[in-house]
This record gives sequence, structure tokens and C-alpha cells, in this order.
Amino acid sequence: MKNYNLTHLKELESESIYVIRELAAQFEKPALLFSGGKDSIVCFHLARKAFAPAKIPFPLVHVDTGHNFEETIIFRDELAKKYGVQLIVGSVQQSIDEGKVVEEKGYNASRNALQTVTLLDTIEKYKFDALIGGARRDEEKARAKERFFSHRDEFGQWDPKNQRPELWNLFNGKKHIGEHFRVFPISNWTEMDVWQYILQEQIDIPSIYFTHERECFVRDGVIYAHSNVIPLKPTEKVEKMQVRFRTIGDISCTGAVLSEANTLEEIVEEVASTRVTERGSRIDDKRSEAAMEDRKKQGYF
Amino acid sequence: MSKTSDLQLSKSDLSGYLDMDLLRFTTAGSVDDGKSTLIGRLLYDSKSIFEDQYEAIKATSEKRGEEYVNLALLTDGLRAEREQGITIDVAYRYFATPKRKFIIADTPGHIQYTRNMVTGASTANAAIILIDARKGVIEQTMRHTYIASLLRIPHVIVCVNKMDLVDFKEEVFEAIKKDYEAFASKLDITDVHFLPISALKGDNVVDQSKNMPWYKGSTLMYLLENLHIANDQNHSDARFPVQYVIRPMSNEYHDYRGYAGRVAGGILKKGDAITVLPSGFTSKIKTIELAGKELDEAFAPMSVTITLEDEIDISRGDMIVKTDDQPESTQDVEVMVCWLNEKKLQVNGKYALKHSTKDVRCVVKDVQYKVNINTLEQIEDDKAVGLNDIARLTLRTTAPIVIDKYKQNRTTGSLILVDEATNVTVGAGMIV
Repeated sequence: MKNYNLTHLKELESESIYVIRELAAQFEKPALLFSGGKDSIVCFHLARKAFAPAKIPFPLVHVDTGHNFEETIIFRDELAKKYGVQLIVGSVQQSIDEGKVVEEKGYNASRNALQTVTLLDTIEKYKFDALIGGARRDEEKARAKERFFSHRDEFGQWDPKNQRPELWNLFNGKKHIGEHFRVFPISNWTEMDVWQYILQEQIDIPSIYFTHERECFVRDGVIYAHSNVIPLKPTEKVEKMQVRFRTIGDISCTGAVLSEANTLEEIVEEVASTRVTERGSRIDDKRSEAAMEDRKKQGYF
Repeated sequence: MSKTSDLQLSKSDLSGYLDMDLLRFTTAGSVDDGKSTLIGRLLYDSKSIFEDQYEAIKATSEKRGEEYVNLALLTDGLRAEREQGITIDVAYRYFATPKRKFIIADTPGHIQYTRNMVTGASTANAAIILIDARKGVIEQTMRHTYIASLLRIPHVIVCVNKMDLVDFKEEVFEAIKKDYEAFASKLDITDVHFLPISALKGDNVVDQSKNMPWYKGSTLMYLLENLHIANDQNHSDARFPVQYVIRPMSNEYHDYRGYAGRVAGGILKKGDAITVLPSGFTSKIKTIELAGKELDEAFAPMSVTITLEDEIDISRGDMIVKTDDQPESTQDVEVMVCWLNEKKLQVNGKYALKHSTKDVRCVVKDVQYKVNINTLEQIEDDKAVGLNDIARLTLRTTAPIVIDKYKQNRTTGSLILVDEATNVTVGAGMIV
């Protein structure tokens, strides 16, 4: 007797493709938020599978803080070129130059929070009505309550206490003019699932996910890449370390981990044995207990 | 299919963990029956709680002056929940063993209970229902069981918790089991398991209890890992709601028309004679594919793309079915509804209705009765349907929808009602 049961990766893939196709069917002007990180790369891969042999019917949007790792930006541009997809870049630097946001000051200054304004401006400029994001429910406690189809009001705000119930696979994308949706196809994936899937599908990822030698320094127990983005305190020393990144965000708020993992298999092994969450090295989440929820309410991704 | 693309690259020979499957379950319990402790233990014992998460909740517990590390803080994600010490919304939790990946829909026991449990139950393979061994079967147990049966969760696991507080006595467990069975026999539940546990002490959760040698059954973890879920999907009646039509508009795929969707039931094979509903056009399946890779067959819940031998008019909202096994296409629908909104249901009111990939409108013709979910009695003199109420309705839709009974197919048998003024989802319907 044949076993009509899918592996967990097949079932997750199938669910995500279903969500992405629902987005394409229910919205007029969707886009995929692409950061160059592994989660958005997986979303892009799933979107390509969902619509093959046609091209994906929406552009990629990147909110560029100007503080990204160079490797990520190169990867992003090559990917867009290779697959012939439109890439729209919203620039935080431009928002600063136009006086819409003010740069944070001090040793821990980050452009992470400023992204929200640039993102919402980009949505308004291009009149996007739905954006795919690579957020996962296992990442962070506020994200654990996210819907697949998550409503945003005309100010881009999330109202976590009044979310629409989401039952079966019936996604309600109805909205009033000016409102939009964030759509999270890989909600049910864990960090481990993402890495297993990247391995299974042999998906290209930026080189900084693999081990490399880099000039780093340590602050509050977190290993930072040395760059002109973060000013060093007098006591901080730069040294060469063998590191890789578990998550890729802004240089100013992404910590590295000491690692020798040089292949996808080794990364999967490492993730399986690790005892700290991947956002444990994300300084943006540590500003307060509800840092993520507060940013999300305002329209952060 | 022509050329290969990088989408077809796939490592076929990957070791162990890629053989895992996926089980979704929901946890139901009342206040203080140890639900959070149980989830905490499953997560902790499967090494799914990370050190920084544990440190964070430990610090919060200490700050609040709590005696134990409060594992409930793991699931209470929102600021308001943490401040008030209550869970407002369904939270999803994840853990995995070498056999299975698990998704827990953790539904709060306090306010808006029915609405949240219905939401969590809608996609679940299994429900864990917790009973406090000191209290036995109470009104809430019956309510949870009724919802599990209404939503047709295929497997129900009744955990009699806090056995340590009744000296691990077999008689207590057996008496509760008997009470529960008497009640559950009135409902439509196919697969029920009973376990005596202590979530706090760990008895029969992951490790076999040394305190209850009289219990010969499996531990909760073993049961979760080994529940047979392949038959939870309907594999007999082929249903393929068309989600999206793929037309590449390129030279290479000039005449290509692919129907994208997720199989909602049955098994579809190349060459099958099919009918498109509601139009009634017939054809044969030419190919079943995903991302350029041809498949011999597709079954629920696979997302695939189907091409047909003939060019016929098909769009989103249509359903492809096997010609020899057709569902009903109708504008008159009977549903059991769970009302999800503070604003009461309007008799003769109009709502937007979403069913599979089809969008229509409907009018509520009649409320036949409400259900008292504590006693299962039908209420016919009070037909005002408000938040958390369950009622049987008669609907009339603006266009035909292609339906199965919910008990035959949870995907083609379910629908939601949407308030047309606010766009909010207000009702969850199961077709009778």
C-alpha cells in the first residue's frame, strides 16, 4: 500500500506555494520584500516554483539602509539580473537626505528603525497592496501571532489585538483603499526547516553565511563586523576571527558567530546543535521586551 | 516539458531528518490545568527552548517575583498578554524530533475561547485535551471535546494531568476515562487516546512513568510521533480548486495554460477524465507538474500545476474533479457556523463568502437553532447569534459553489463569512 503522506519539507513547500499563489490571485499590485537574507531567498525560490514556467508576476523590493554587507548587495543585483526580475530599491539614505527621518547617534546607532519610514514611502509611491515577507513565527514572540495574510491600516500599522481570525486555508485579503497586507508564506517554517530546504533544493545564498575570516570586535558579548558603520569605543579591539552570519541584517545590528561551517551540510549540523536562537545576535530585538511588537505596530516588516 | 532549470535541482539522497513528516495539533485546557507547563515540557524535553529564550523568561519571572520559571511566558508574546498574564490569541509553537516536525496551535483558555479554539482546530490533525485529575470531566472539557468533534479533528488525546496530586491512583484515571467516554459517545469522534500524566513532574510525557506501573500505554511523545496521519486527508474523492491560471506569454510557452492549485482531496493522475465545475466542460489531464518537473500523480495537500488536453475556459474559483465522482454544485448551503465577531449575525443580512478559491456573496436565510456547547442541547427560542456562538444556518449564495460535506472533506466543506462593511472575517462555516 502506497503511503500518501508528504515529508515535512514538501508539506511546508506546498503550503507556502499555496499562500504565494493566493497573494497573486487576490491582490492587484503585490511585491516581494527582498533583503538578500536566506528567508527572502527561500521566498523568492518558492515564488519561482509557484509560477513556473511563467516568470514571477511581481517585482522585488529592497529597503536599503545603506549599511548592508557588500556581499548581500552584490548577491541581490546578480539574482535580479539572472532571473530577469524587476528590483525596486527604497533608500534609507534618501529618506535621511530628504529630512524624513533623523539618523540615530551614538555608539549603538542603527538605521534599522528608520527603515519603516522608507518602506511605507516605497509602498505608497508604487501603490503596492500586498508585500511578501520572509518572517517566520518561530523567530520572535510577536511574530508567533502573525497571520499568513496580515492586515495593515492606511498608516501601515499592525493591530495585534484585533487580527482577523484565519481558518483552514481561507485567506481573507479584503481591504479598503489605502490599506495593505503583509503576506508571510514561510510562517510555519523554523530556522532548521529553512536550512534543510536550502540544502535539499541547492539554493544559492550569499557567501557570508559560510565561514570566512573577518575583522571583528566584541561588544556586550556580541561579535560585530568591523566597518565604518559602527564607531569603536576606545576599549574595543579589532581582531581577525573565523566567523559566519546566521542571519543577515544591517551591519550595525547583526552579530556574527564563530564557525567553521563551510558547506550547507555543515550549517545544518551546526543549527541542529546550537543552543541560542538566531535572533539572539540581533541587537534590534533587544532594545526592550516588546521591541519587535512595537516596531511591527508602526509598520516595520 | 522541455529544458531543465535550476528549480529541478534537488538532492534526493539526504540523510535521516528529511524523512520526517508534519503533525499539527492544538492544545485545549481550562485555567490552571497545566497546559503551559505541558507545552513547556514538550519544548524543553525536545530541546526546542534555546538558552537565550530560557534566560529571558527566567529574568522576567524573577522580576515579577514568581517562584518558578514561568513557562507560560514562552507562549505569551504580546505586550498586553504579558502585562495581564493572559493569552489573547492563538500562538504557534514549533518543535521537532527525529521522526516528526510538530506545529502546536496553542489556544488560550480564557476569553474568546471558542473563537480561538476553532481557529486552532481548523488545521489540526490532533487535539490534546487536558483534564485536571482532581476535578475530572468538567463543563469546559465537554466544550473542548464538542469543538474538536465539530471541527473534525481526526485524533483526540485526553491527558489526565496532575496525577501526582491524586497519588497516581489508577481508579481516579479509570473513573475519569469512563465519564469522558460516556459523554464522547454522543459525539462523532473516531480516534480517542487516554493518558495519565504529570506535566510538572514529567510522568508519561516523554519518559514512561515509574509512579504508574499499572499504565501500559505509550507516553505522550511516543503517541504524537506515531499517530497515523496519512489518512487524515481525503484520498478518495479528487478535488482540485483552481487557484490561478499560469500563462507565460513567452515564445517558448506560447500556448501554455497551466491551472495552479492545491489538491484538496483524492488522487489525480495523468490521463484522468475530468470535469470542470460548475461549467461541466470535460477533458483529460495532460500533465501534472511543479516547477518544470512532471509528476505521475498528485494528492492532498500538494501544490501543483495541471495542464489539460483541451482548451476550455477555466478560471480561478472553478473546480477540477474526476468525471466519475462529482461533488454538488449549489446555491443553497446548510452550515454549522461559529460566530467570531462581537457584532451579532444579521438574519437576512448579506455577507461576502469565501469557499475554497471561490468568492461569492450570500444572504443568511434562516437561523435554525443555536447549540448550547456545554450540554449539546439545541436552542430554538433564542436565535440571536453572537460572539462564540455555534448555530446552524441556511445560506443562499449569489452564484453556485462546488461543495462537499465538511465531514467528507475539511477543505471543500469549509467556508468563511466576511462583513462587507469592515472586511473582517466574522463566521467560520462547516457545510452539513
